[in-house]
Amino acid sequence: MAKKEKEIDVRFSKFGTVSFTSTTKVNDFMDRLEQGKVSGNRCKDCGKVYFPPRADCHNCLGNNMEWFDVTGKGRLVTFSKLEYAPVGFENDIPYSIALLDFGDYKVFGRLAGDIPENEIKVGMEMKVVRNELPNGQLNYVFQKA
Amino acid sequence: MGKVGIIGVGQSAFVRGYPGSIRELAFEGFREAMKDAGIATKDIGASVICSSPEYDKQRSPAGVLAEYLGLTPQPTFYVETLCSSSSTGVKLAYSLVKSGLHDVVAVVGFQKMSEISSAESQERMGRGADIQWESPFGTMMPAYYALHARGHFAKYGTTSDDLALIRVKAATYGQINEKAVYRKPVTFDMFSDPENPMSGPVASPLRVGDCCANADGSSCVIIANEEKCKAFSKKPVWILGIGAASTAVNMAGRDIFSGLTVGMQAGEQAYKMAGVTPKDIDVAEVHDCFTIAEMMAYENLGFAKPGEGKDLIRSKETYKEGSIPVNVDGGLLSKGHPIGATGGSQIRTIVLQLRGEAGPMQVKDPEIGLVHNIGGVGLYGNVTILGR
Repeated sequence: MAKKEKEIDVRFSKFGTVSFTSTTKVNDFMDRLEQGKVSGNRCKDCGKVYFPPRADCHNCLGNNMEWFDVTGKGRLVTFSKLEYAPVGFENDIPYSIALLDFGDYKVFGRLAGDIPENEIKVGMEMKVVRNELPNGQLNYVFQKA
Repeated sequence: MGKVGIIGVGQSAFVRGYPGSIRELAFEGFREAMKDAGIATKDIGASVICSSPEYDKQRSPAGVLAEYLGLTPQPTFYVETLCSSSSTGVKLAYSLVKSGLHDVVAVVGFQKMSEISSAESQERMGRGADIQWESPFGTMMPAYYALHARGHFAKYGTTSDDLALIRVKAATYGQINEKAVYRKPVTFDMFSDPENPMSGPVASPLRVGDCCANADGSSCVIIANEEKCKAFSKKPVWILGIGAASTAVNMAGRDIFSGLTVGMQAGEQAYKMAGVTPKDIDVAEVHDCFTIAEMMAYENLGFAKPGEGKDLIRSKETYKEGSIPVNVDGGLLSKGHPIGATGGSQIRTIVLQLRGEAGPMQVKDPEIGLVHNIGGVGLYGNVTILGR
């Protein structure tokens, strides 16, 4: 083991159109996303719930975390349709970023591209689904529940 | 312990494509502040240099600037809180002076945003947020503020027309501010004319006219203890209150999308420290990187009740002649927003107002002024209250 070159875990580089992070201790998020699950996590010691997931609990300073899947319906808190995009996202335009409230936690992401604009209302119920992007990357989007 | 005050303020013109290097740009604001204070570089005990580093090719700008400004061998260091960097610099300078470590401290803010292209700039602006969990969705500053505009509209019935009124006000004063980058008039009708660039979509519900422009610029604020203030300045302006706060970078970690908690918290701290209330403020500079940001600031600072910011702009109470004049120098919307220089520029405006030296922008006889400067999407909040 000492001689073997250590492999770097870069699973997170597959997250989103352009990922700016490759290595994180919550890389299992990506394996779960591959399987169609969008996951947050929870501190097994103090019970604090996190989305997005994190390796460390700032509430009790522990790092004993367990995964949970985002299921059911969330409420649309707010959204915005982008007509301009940052470098690397030009081919995605137009797209809408949005936030869903699930009560114990919120999830930031994109609206599914096929929802008619006049049907999108703050307060509407939506669900989170895994989404494969044209460039082979993975993210998740919000669909009408 | 004695009071801490401001003895000199300066800023460069805010421009597109400044034809010089960052040290030369920084010197422009510094020169004006030094002449304003009437002091020599040997009178300055330390310098605080403020910018947002992702725009700079120069690594660790503090040393380079301190040398060019003639502020060596005095200590210098670098401070960054995105768009509120120089307000944070002023807070640190206040602490350095109040503690007795230094008598006089220069806070120099600068940003040469034109070192990189507008698209690259947008990419960097998006990375001022959560790069791990949000940037991969393709975020950028206008879109984040658009989320707040949508939240404000949904909760309070505010409209795009209300936001347009804020831009019209900004342009009213931008036209008479010779340091502003945008000096053309803006009318309300431009927003309903699809042919007019002001009405162009950016990130719904925000349009081109709702957004401030990138610019190159510098600012300088010279802070001193009470003794030096009285020795050097006929009209020192005193720092009465300072507040600062932070919050979750990820939108998922926030509970409110109709206001910025850091603005509320920084405001409460500053009011308490100064022993004043929103009603006591005679003139204010608030962080209007986007029109919705000014709308939220009205409410977060207590100039209007939550949801009633729209009534303030509809009745023109935030114009120069109104009950609470706000951004009567054109604000970021007209002046432009060279990230690291912005807070110092806002403080300069209020200092000039309190001294009665604001020229055509002068508000009638103000005694207490407020500066509200936000970093990122409400990530950092800074409020500074100044008095004669």
